[in-house]
Amino acid sequence: MMATRFQRVVLSGMLIVASFVLRKTAASPVIADGFMLGAAMVAGIPIMRKAIGAIRYRILGIDALVSLAVIGAVYLGEYWEAAAVTFLFTLGDYLESRTLEKTRASIKALFNMMPDVARVIRDGQEMEILLEQVVKGDTVIVKPGERIPVDGTVIEGNAYVNQAAITGEAIPVNKESTDRVFSGTVIESGYLKIRADRVGEDTTFARILQMVEEAQDKKANTQKFLESFSKYYTPLIIVFALLLYIVTKDLRLSLTMLVIACPGALVIATPVSIVAGIGNGARHGVLIKGGEVMEKLGQIKALAFDKTGTLTEAKPKVTVIKSFGMEENELLMIAAIGESYSEHPLAKAIVNAVQEKLGSISEFAEESEIIPGQGLKAKVRGRNYLIGNRKLMLENGVRIEQEQEEYIRQEEEQGKTAVIVSDVERVLGVISIADTVRTDAKQLIADLKRLGIRKIVMLTGDNRRTAAAIAQQLGIDEHYAELLPEDKVRVLREVAQQFGPAAMVGDGINDAPALASADLGIAIGGAGTDVAMETADVVLMSNEIKKLAYAIGLSRATVRNMKQNIFFAIIVAALLLAGVLAKKVSLSSGMLVHELSVLIVILNAVRLLAYRQ
Amino acid sequence: MITKYYQLETLTCPSCKAKIENALRRTKGVENVEVLFNSSRAKVTFNELIVSSDDIKRVIEGLGYKVLGER
Repeated sequence: MMATRFQRVVLSGMLIVASFVLRKTAASPVIADGFMLGAAMVAGIPIMRKAIGAIRYRILGIDALVSLAVIGAVYLGEYWEAAAVTFLFTLGDYLESRTLEKTRASIKALFNMMPDVARVIRDGQEMEILLEQVVKGDTVIVKPGERIPVDGTVIEGNAYVNQAAITGEAIPVNKESTDRVFSGTVIESGYLKIRADRVGEDTTFARILQMVEEAQDKKANTQKFLESFSKYYTPLIIVFALLLYIVTKDLRLSLTMLVIACPGALVIATPVSIVAGIGNGARHGVLIKGGEVMEKLGQIKALAFDKTGTLTEAKPKVTVIKSFGMEENELLMIAAIGESYSEHPLAKAIVNAVQEKLGSISEFAEESEIIPGQGLKAKVRGRNYLIGNRKLMLENGVRIEQEQEEYIRQEEEQGKTAVIVSDVERVLGVISIADTVRTDAKQLIADLKRLGIRKIVMLTGDNRRTAAAIAQQLGIDEHYAELLPEDKVRVLREVAQQFGPAAMVGDGINDAPALASADLGIAIGGAGTDVAMETADVVLMSNEIKKLAYAIGLSRATVRNMKQNIFFAIIVAALLLAGVLAKKVSLSSGMLVHELSVLIVILNAVRLLAYRQ
Repeated sequence: MITKYYQLETLTCPSCKAKIENALRRTKGVENVEVLFNSSRAKVTFNELIVSSDDIKRVIEGLGYKVLGER
């Protein structure tokens, strides 16, 4: 049976030591040589097996180069060199796989976040079953400290849930009846009964894992170049070593040439950095889909934001209540009762405001009539009211005083929607409603400017006044309002032509075309919205938009790390080559430096795991 | 036609990836191969009437890479 890499390293190392001891204790040098040869075989045979296996499929790899060198060394009677080369190569391989696992560890850690069992209710009985046996529609029970095993809807209970596995955000959120919960998240306190909507491979968490895994292997351009280069490199080196032998008749020199020319550090330079970078991102709720995306994200010069749902929460809220005579809460209450049958977002904002300020509403409108595009007429507590816009007032003969009109215009200039409340004769008051800007949006724009982004624009289908007000509030360079989805694509192209690579940031719901056509599409709040996760190149799982600055910083750090690695690998290769040609580097010391350089490259990438903003 | 993932020992050089992919591609019955270097996994789509999962494992192990698991 095949021994593990570790066993081979230990065994061949012990044989080498034994051989030295035997030589010192003046036993027969033949036996010492035998031990040395044994060491070379223990470590070397698996290498040769791999080389032969590969040659059968017409691939010349590093294994072939090392095998050739070892056979040559044995032929020359250089048993120590043969043993040293194979030992170092195997040891290097072992250490590299251990350190490489470290760069991949943050992704592995994600995989361990799935529970093995789930507690479900079947036939009225609570029972524990294996995760694979849970089916859609099952009722799942989750207790404090446990991970939620499915994507589902809460049907009973109340709990604080840590959603870090999905969003990277460690502050627990409250979940209660009808809320959606995700698999892989943890209940910190409380208890939930959940209806399973998605199980197994269909859950958001499983899909994130799959995407992360595929992203790691989507190559950076630099990497593609290096790999195509190394395909021709190995055969070329063999030819070169052969020529070197023909010219110099120095077999030793030619063999050393074979070993040190292996492009190990150079080929591994890019993938290790990328994997570490993607792993770091995944742990913080940022999904970066591959090496190429990583390279692009760092080079972005312009950013276009969608407004609604991206810079704002897409939840209109009552911001100011202005009353002309009546008590403000009374005005709000009448409006809320009047709107109690309406599904309009503005109506919901008013109803929510009452529930927040005054508690639940126990009355309903006695009569109500919705007038599309204007508002509604309602009978509340025996009196008739009009709730809506200017047009509603005008058409029903309600006079708007000049002072009132000025106030309304002033509110509208600030990007708010003014809902006018009147009785059949006079305006009683104005309720201003606005979409609230995300609390971290302003910080983000400032951070992005600090990162040297040259142009930040906002694209929206909303009206000019609202757009202008929000752009000004956030410090956005330019805004484009009243756009249709195809207009967004056009503006984006213009921005990219003028300022360089441009990314589109959206919530993926109404801006999918722009996300897909941009140099780079970035979706926020990706957890749970499939379209966003599929179409975007970078997905911020949570709604925390400020993570975008972290993502850009991370990708720059990753690209920098990658460049350091490539630079280092080339320098080492050049020095070794010069050393060999000057006959200062032997077979074994060449191998030692080569393996060390690979390790250093990997360790450099491990540093990326510690990247914070 | 089925798709299986084979977990391999940690791959340390990208040339391993090319090796395994080429070898499997030349195996009869194998429709599609992708070796995920970073997760050290081979994703193989094959016709189970022509080639068995054990055959595929034999090809990979014949190249000198241990197969740690499959799913």
